[in-house]
Amino acid sequence: MTSPLQQKLKVNGPVVVTANRLRDGAVVYRTADGTWTNTLAGAAVVTTAPAASELLTAALADKLRAVDAYVAPVRLTPEQEILPGNLRERIRAQGPTVALPGAA
Amino acid sequence: MYVYDDFDRTLVGERVREFRDQVGRRLSGELSEDEFKPLRLMNGVYLQLHAYMLRIAIPYGTLSSAQLRTLAHVARKYDRNYGHFTTRQNIQFNWIKLEQLPDATADLASAGLHGMQTSGNCVRNITTDQWAGVAPDEIEDARVWAELLRQHLTLHPEFSFLPRKFKIALTASAHDRAAVKVHDIGLRMHRNGAGEVGFEVMVGGGLGRTPFIAKTIKPFLPKRDLLSYIEAVLRTYNQYGRRDNIYKARIKILVHELGAEKFGREVEEEWQSIKDGALALDPAVVADIASRFKYPRYQTLADNPPELAKARAGDHRFRLWLDNSVSNHKAPGYAIVTLSLKPVGAPPGDTTAEQMDAIADLADRYSFGEIRVGHEQNLALPHVAQRDLLALWRELDAIGVATPNVNLISDIIACPGLDYCSLANARSVPVAEEITRRFKSLDLAHSLGRLHINISGCINACGHHHVGHIGILGVEKNGEEFYQVTIGGRADEQAELGAILGPAVPYGEIADVVEDLAAAYLELREGPDEIFLNTVKRVGVEPFKERVYAAR
Repeated sequence: MTSPLQQKLKVNGPVVVTANRLRDGAVVYRTADGTWTNTLAGAAVVTTAPAASELLTAALADKLRAVDAYVAPVRLTPEQEILPGNLRERIRAQGPTVALPGAA
Repeated sequence: MYVYDDFDRTLVGERVREFRDQVGRRLSGELSEDEFKPLRLMNGVYLQLHAYMLRIAIPYGTLSSAQLRTLAHVARKYDRNYGHFTTRQNIQFNWIKLEQLPDATADLASAGLHGMQTSGNCVRNITTDQWAGVAPDEIEDARVWAELLRQHLTLHPEFSFLPRKFKIALTASAHDRAAVKVHDIGLRMHRNGAGEVGFEVMVGGGLGRTPFIAKTIKPFLPKRDLLSYIEAVLRTYNQYGRRDNIYKARIKILVHELGAEKFGREVEEEWQSIKDGALALDPAVVADIASRFKYPRYQTLADNPPELAKARAGDHRFRLWLDNSVSNHKAPGYAIVTLSLKPVGAPPGDTTAEQMDAIADLADRYSFGEIRVGHEQNLALPHVAQRDLLALWRELDAIGVATPNVNLISDIIACPGLDYCSLANARSVPVAEEITRRFKSLDLAHSLGRLHINISGCINACGHHHVGHIGILGVEKNGEEFYQVTIGGRADEQAELGAILGPAVPYGEIADVVEDLAAAYLELREGPDEIFLNTVKRVGVEPFKERVYAAR
């Protein structure tokens, strides 16, 4: 399989780098200071391919805290709130769209 | 129930220790993700959208009450209080944490449960008719042969790195409840002209991107040759199956490209060189395995006891359930009870820890401690005395697993879809939930009769959409969810792939399309005895297509 770094990045708008946390699989986002956060609001947003590539390279170099990092689209509201850019990312950010059977 | 011995317990225990070490080394950084991923997959651990997912095998769909309680415990302690029964007699936990996986697998192992060979390019969990051992129409208990294959193919070094995953299913009944024709190898037990029992061997079935119905390469295989012949099929596939293209790596592609006849000849040649060797089955070995399946000591009872007839006459809801969810049993006075995991507006196949515990208790009280798991994502209690049916029904009804919709339009097979799965393109579960809400009227569902809807959230077809009477496949178009509909598919002994109805429809319209199909069927059928599938066969796709697309 082609490594994410070898794939040509197409960036047509604001993007973030996201991954799953190694220890529990939770969804995480790369922050501007080189750590990970579990809230989209804390993610570093970039808008160009070189910037996205740089963010992704740094994310993939972190072998211990997160796995399967990739670039994901987001939308910015006029107030600069970060929203998921597609349904898949919305579900990753907010959880399944159906009620969970075991919920209290 | 099959009684595991020390060898099985040692094997599973050793795997737990090995996996604990591997997880520890991954968390410490000693193992990279590339090194660790194949190791976790060998233990049924996937990384999905929000979390790790643990898939646990339920060999030939047979669970003890103790095992079901252990699954409930794992759901409660390590997950979010529920599990998802799949179309391959597995259960999946969707929220498990890597750091807790070693403890979870150790707890599972204490009940003889594990995730070995539930992922990866190996022989997966071997499945059978969920009514094996109790079905009145079976020749013999297919689980004995499934167990024999399981033992032979567990950690088989030659077949641990096949070109792609490999699925085997068996049935010993005239009516195929195990979908054997859509498996890599399907085995059907039957009698030959001389009255001997053996196997019809079918190969190259499968769904996914390129669906095929399996082709028969051996109409009758004597029992003694089962292991050697399966070994020859696997060797032939291992040698010639493609490893250069993941989409062409399954045995179905090889069988299609070579032709079933040539593939069969290759198998035959390989088989001739091994059939009289160590794999020729000694009847004593088979008898030993068969002896470890413990059957209940049924009482001498009569069918249709008076208390059942009285209860049936006295309660309309009970009668509806009895006629829908209760089936004939081999032993007089007993019944097979299907527990619908398809309540209106809930995810198909999901069960809470509380339900699992309650079902385990009911299995102890009413079914000799045994539970079965079917590929349609329902459970069954296989040994219920008919005189107990009313009392059992009340308790099943109280925990929400007595919806009388088995084999009806709301008994939907669905994969987890985009709500969980990293491969999915579209959601399955909310589509299923909405369809069940549209058909929540039991009068309507019963008037529609037998009608199977199968939903997959992507082309990989975990929801078996190609063989649904109505099949629904989720696709993504320009960032939106669309659903392609097929009709006329079936997974039984007359397995067939459905035909495409027309252009895919958006998420918001898919339940409307199902309503249109149901309405068209009611108008087109010759009478209530003609099920949906037979109407499609008689009139073709076109009248349904006209109805669905006329207003779109």
